[in-house]
Amino acid sequence: MQQYEKPPVIRMADADAGSAFASGLEYNPPVRGMWNIVHMGMLVPEAHQVYACAQGCLRGVILTAAEMNQLDRLSWISLTEEDMFNGTLESSLVEGVSEIIEKLGTHPPMIPLFLSCMHLFAGCDFDSVLADLSARYPDITFVDCYMTPTMRLTISPVAQCSRQLYMGLQPLPQNPKAVNLIGCDRPTDEHSELLRIIRGAGLILHDLPLCKTYAEYLQMAESKLNIAYLPTAHAALDALEEKLGIPQLYLPARFDFDGLRENYRMLCDALEIACPDFSDEAAAADAALRAAKETIGETAVAVDYTAVSRPFELAKLLCEYGFNVKYIVADAAGEDADAFAWLKENRPDILLYSPTNVNMLHQHEKAPEPVLAVGQKAAYYFATDRFVNFVVNGGYYGFAGIKAIAELMQDAFCNPKDRRPLLRHKGYGCDSCLLS
Amino acid sequence: MKQTARIIPCYAADTSGVCAALYELGGMVAVHDASGVNSTYATHDEPRWEDMQSMIYVSGLTELDAILGNDEKFIADAAAAAADQKPRFIAVCGSPMPMMIGVDFDAVAAEIEQRSGIRTFALHTNGMHSYPEGASEALLAITKEYVLPPAETIRNGVNILGALPLDFGNPEEIPDIRVWLCKNGFSVISCIAAGDSLDTIAKAGNAAVNLVVSYSGLAAAEYLYDRFGIPYVCGVPFGGVFSQILADSLRHAAESGQPESPCTSRGTSGRSIAVIGENLIGGSIAAQLGCMGLAAHLICPLPHSDKLLMQGDADASSEEEIEQYLAQMQPCAVIADPLYRFILPKGTRHIELPHYAFSGRCFERQMQNLTGSRFDAWLSQNGGLQ
Repeated sequence: MQQYEKPPVIRMADADAGSAFASGLEYNPPVRGMWNIVHMGMLVPEAHQVYACAQGCLRGVILTAAEMNQLDRLSWISLTEEDMFNGTLESSLVEGVSEIIEKLGTHPPMIPLFLSCMHLFAGCDFDSVLADLSARYPDITFVDCYMTPTMRLTISPVAQCSRQLYMGLQPLPQNPKAVNLIGCDRPTDEHSELLRIIRGAGLILHDLPLCKTYAEYLQMAESKLNIAYLPTAHAALDALEEKLGIPQLYLPARFDFDGLRENYRMLCDALEIACPDFSDEAAAADAALRAAKETIGETAVAVDYTAVSRPFELAKLLCEYGFNVKYIVADAAGEDADAFAWLKENRPDILLYSPTNVNMLHQHEKAPEPVLAVGQKAAYYFATDRFVNFVVNGGYYGFAGIKAIAELMQDAFCNPKDRRPLLRHKGYGCDSCLLS
Repeated sequence: MKQTARIIPCYAADTSGVCAALYELGGMVAVHDASGVNSTYATHDEPRWEDMQSMIYVSGLTELDAILGNDEKFIADAAAAAADQKPRFIAVCGSPMPMMIGVDFDAVAAEIEQRSGIRTFALHTNGMHSYPEGASEALLAITKEYVLPPAETIRNGVNILGALPLDFGNPEEIPDIRVWLCKNGFSVISCIAAGDSLDTIAKAGNAAVNLVVSYSGLAAAEYLYDRFGIPYVCGVPFGGVFSQILADSLRHAAESGQPESPCTSRGTSGRSIAVIGENLIGGSIAAQLGCMGLAAHLICPLPHSDKLLMQGDADASSEEEIEQYLAQMQPCAVIADPLYRFILPKGTRHIELPHYAFSGRCFERQMQNLTGSRFDAWLSQNGGLQ
């Protein structure tokens, strides 16, 4: 076996939860299901995104919109070297956006204006840009957004975009019968206990992916409580609490039965309702996991970080049900550091693979054995058509979510699918011209 | 404003040009960037990415390294990757942020070469220009580095210069240009840079003439002309008539030793047609249409050679300029990528010709192979222009 300066794989026993792999040059595997900021920006109905950045960065966002068949909802301003040094950084932004608005014909209700790393490093006065634009076009809400991947250690692009997309909300009188789900990029499964509790309490649920009109989006400001379950939603929860005074409740998407019960208790306390007994739902999840194990048997299982927000917690759950989890594709543990520690101690031989290490370039050509994958990157790297195809939990949550994922694993095992067209589809769940 | 677009895409950037030019040569390309440039290239600009692995990587520049000017991390990471991957060469290039912080890529390349013992060179991109600039510099660098002085001149030997999937999105097109050359009595020495290895490219100096099929190959062709006296001919064999003219031009240039540019031929009468696209490719289409009795002109939104734009052609590069030129020209038809549909004058006939460097994967199944008489058949299938 080749000895690498920067190995792409490590035993769980030897891995550090905070950073399992030495950083280095990065490889980009042909796996495109994860959403980017363009996909997210399209969630705000009727909004028109404008990106101001260099051509190399623009191209990816423009073609994201093109592949979504939504090119008419995005415009751009390209930056040149001169823009950085001739003192017109702000004025060219104002003039460029104004020109785009004039060409659009009708004014969109909201323009998320995305600035780049270059603007930040050049000291662009974004406040003045927004003030000037707002004065010119008082009927349009301009929201500062950021395509600043260089700053990703300060805040991830997804978390930042998720936060900014709610900044178009303006205070409304509180509606005691309304709550928000915050930070989701797709509707949450209606069978989940989370939604059943909310709907069972007779509450109105606002959720950005469910908004059909800009007016519905604005109505989110009336809610009495913001609920989130993805870690990328924290910044949005904090910002909304500060701007609109809406309290927050974080109920992480867990793969741990006790943790879920605790989530539901917290939710019901916040809503001041009695907590339902979800024993039947827990039993159904348990049964689904056992059935999946029965079908999948000793086949090796690989889990990756794009599929679920807590990959180590899902791996732990699967191990507890006897699944032969042998591979995990992830760089580090996030909120599931406890599960990471459990695996390290109880499943030390699980192999942890880096998603981006340069030595993963040919990994897909040397799949060690038949694998059932949970997630697109695991499917690619282990070259398997037996895989569960979704990203970021796929809208699944709770016992119902665990049951659904177990059933999807069973289905993936029994019904292989051609991974190539699925993995190259940019933005899982979005429309794509590649499919037509 | 020249830099603003309401709806049409921008073309692939210079960094993508570098990566595409070097893709098949066994080298490693390290793009100094946070992430987006490489992701964009791999997703939208490189049709080979899924089926042919290449050592194209990104540095993953962070705010801390940018602010502190920590070039050492990039240098060390590139050297480590090279130790693991053992490339034939290393190329480093940059994106907007390294430009902002003034990274000296020549110095970085020298450091990496010293540590890795592998030939390393810098390509001076910043993600703010179009792909032909990056590809042009990369192909020139490869030519300078690896093409050996001619051991013997092969009388009918020819190199193809500037062959990139960004311009030739149909995977059959470049192989078919090889076939076309062979059918016309030529022997292909090398194709720079698609389908041939560095070892093959090293023999390019033995050619009697070079066929330049895109602006990206022009600088390399000029170098080979200046250095070894190999003449070049600019054009792509599109259409039965123009292909014959091009073949004759290749023979003539090989005899005379002088460069020729048949792709600059234009019809002066007949119906007015606009072709929007790459300098030599669009020019060759316009030339073939001229052979058909049409007054076709090129709108080239990309880096180009002024010598290869003729009277009536335009170097309009922005959405606004292209709209203005079309409004003024009032062509009967426009041959252009499908995503230009949004800005064509109302009622103007649009003959859609997908260009990978513009619309990426969106029309990948409609990428055309227009070599030789296939162009005529394609045009006929699209209703013809007579």
